[in-house]
Amino acid sequence: MRETLRAALTIYAKDVRLELRTRETLFSVLAFALVVAFIFTFAFEPSPQLIASIGPGIVWVAYIFTAVLGMNRTFLLEHERGTLDGLRLAPVPREALYLGKLLSVVTLLVTVEALMLPAFLVLYDLSLFNVWFIAIAVAATVGIAAVGTLFSAIAVHTRAREVLLPILFLPVALPLLIGAVTGSREALDGEGWSGMGGWLQLIVAFDIVFLVLSSLVFEYVLEE
Amino acid sequence: MAENPTPDATRPGHALELRGVSKTYGTTHALRAVDLDAAWGRVLVLFGHNGAGKSTLLRVAAALVKPTAGSVTTAGFDADGNAGRVRAATGYAGHGSLLYDDLTPEENLRFYARLHGVPDPKERAAEVLRDVGAERWAHRRVRGLSNGMQKRVAIARALLHRPALLLLDEPDSGLDVQGQAFVDTVVRAVADGGGAVVFSAHDPARGLASADDFAVLRGGRIAAHGETGSTTPDEIAALLSAPAEAA
Repeated sequence: MRETLRAALTIYAKDVRLELRTRETLFSVLAFALVVAFIFTFAFEPSPQLIASIGPGIVWVAYIFTAVLGMNRTFLLEHERGTLDGLRLAPVPREALYLGKLLSVVTLLVTVEALMLPAFLVLYDLSLFNVWFIAIAVAATVGIAAVGTLFSAIAVHTRAREVLLPILFLPVALPLLIGAVTGSREALDGEGWSGMGGWLQLIVAFDIVFLVLSSLVFEYVLEE
Repeated sequence: MAENPTPDATRPGHALELRGVSKTYGTTHALRAVDLDAAWGRVLVLFGHNGAGKSTLLRVAAALVKPTAGSVTTAGFDADGNAGRVRAATGYAGHGSLLYDDLTPEENLRFYARLHGVPDPKERAAEVLRDVGAERWAHRRVRGLSNGMQKRVAIARALLHRPALLLLDEPDSGLDVQGQAFVDTVVRAVADGGGAVVFSAHDPARGLASADDFAVLRGGRIAAHGETGSTTPDEIAALLSAPAEAA
């Protein structure tokens, strides 16, 4: 377990170093999230009542589209650079490769989500600086990354790799997304644990199931 | 992480044993019932036209690809169920450099050394960069290096964990005469150190000059094999250009 963690952190550190050097994924994904959030401002007049009702949905649509775009690049970049074989040649448990990439995806998504908070405040007067919302967002992001990292690795071996991830990801992640949107609405309504506790538990259960399942099957996903 | 093996020509068995290995991709048969051995302390060259199965054979030997049928034993480990040990025992350099363009050679090698559980990755990275004559470029981004220099660093990457078996897919491609001489030196050093090397080549004269044993692949099958002293470049060339039925 210690060696799995060490290998995972090695991959994670490499991904962070590459991203800090190029910033190609962070900037493109952040720009996309901003555009999605901005477009919704033209769809309706953002009154306080309407924002309270559909605000969480807008937030999660922006987050999910962004996540799909970001996750698609996780293994695609390794594939395009030809470095995926370098990872596969490493004498480390396959779950270390999964865990390393998962940490990279979670970091990317949490960073973009955090950077989007002021944008939602400016565009919709929607303050997301709420401890319960942040708990829901972090838990849901882990689940999104758990599923997305696995499916990103599957998609990279196919010809339709650009479109396969959303096709695979969205139906499987649906319970998670329902929990995230509904739980966020309860959290932002000021319901606290009594309102969103059940949804948070559902999200955490989803996270655990998919983290375990994905770790177990990742070896077969990487096979050629 | 699996323990790094020490090359030892006195160890029993072969560095690489393929028995009835086949590999299909959809309807394409890349390898057909291949039997092949690579001995410790020797260098084996694989000849074959494009699509003959050389790259697939090397990828199967490196545990990058699972064979559809047959068994692969690398450094005494059955690849089926011991892929981690096979990977620890094997150094592989393919057509791509497996290097990150936006990292320097030194950063790339330190990363791969850590993944392979090499003690003191920084020192080992500096050592192999010196060995391949790339220390001057150690701190430049890979994307700024020439193809030949990238090839050298790619081979350095394959040598990082002191593999018992070195697998090189067309190591000469893109290299000048000096670079080819460097490949010869590396290959011979691994074999003389008790390890084994299997590499693929297109040029029969160069391949035979660099190796102890040869094998010719045609249509995914072994068409000929033996010691390099038992054949000539012309015979290999004739075998490669003969109609498929004659193989």
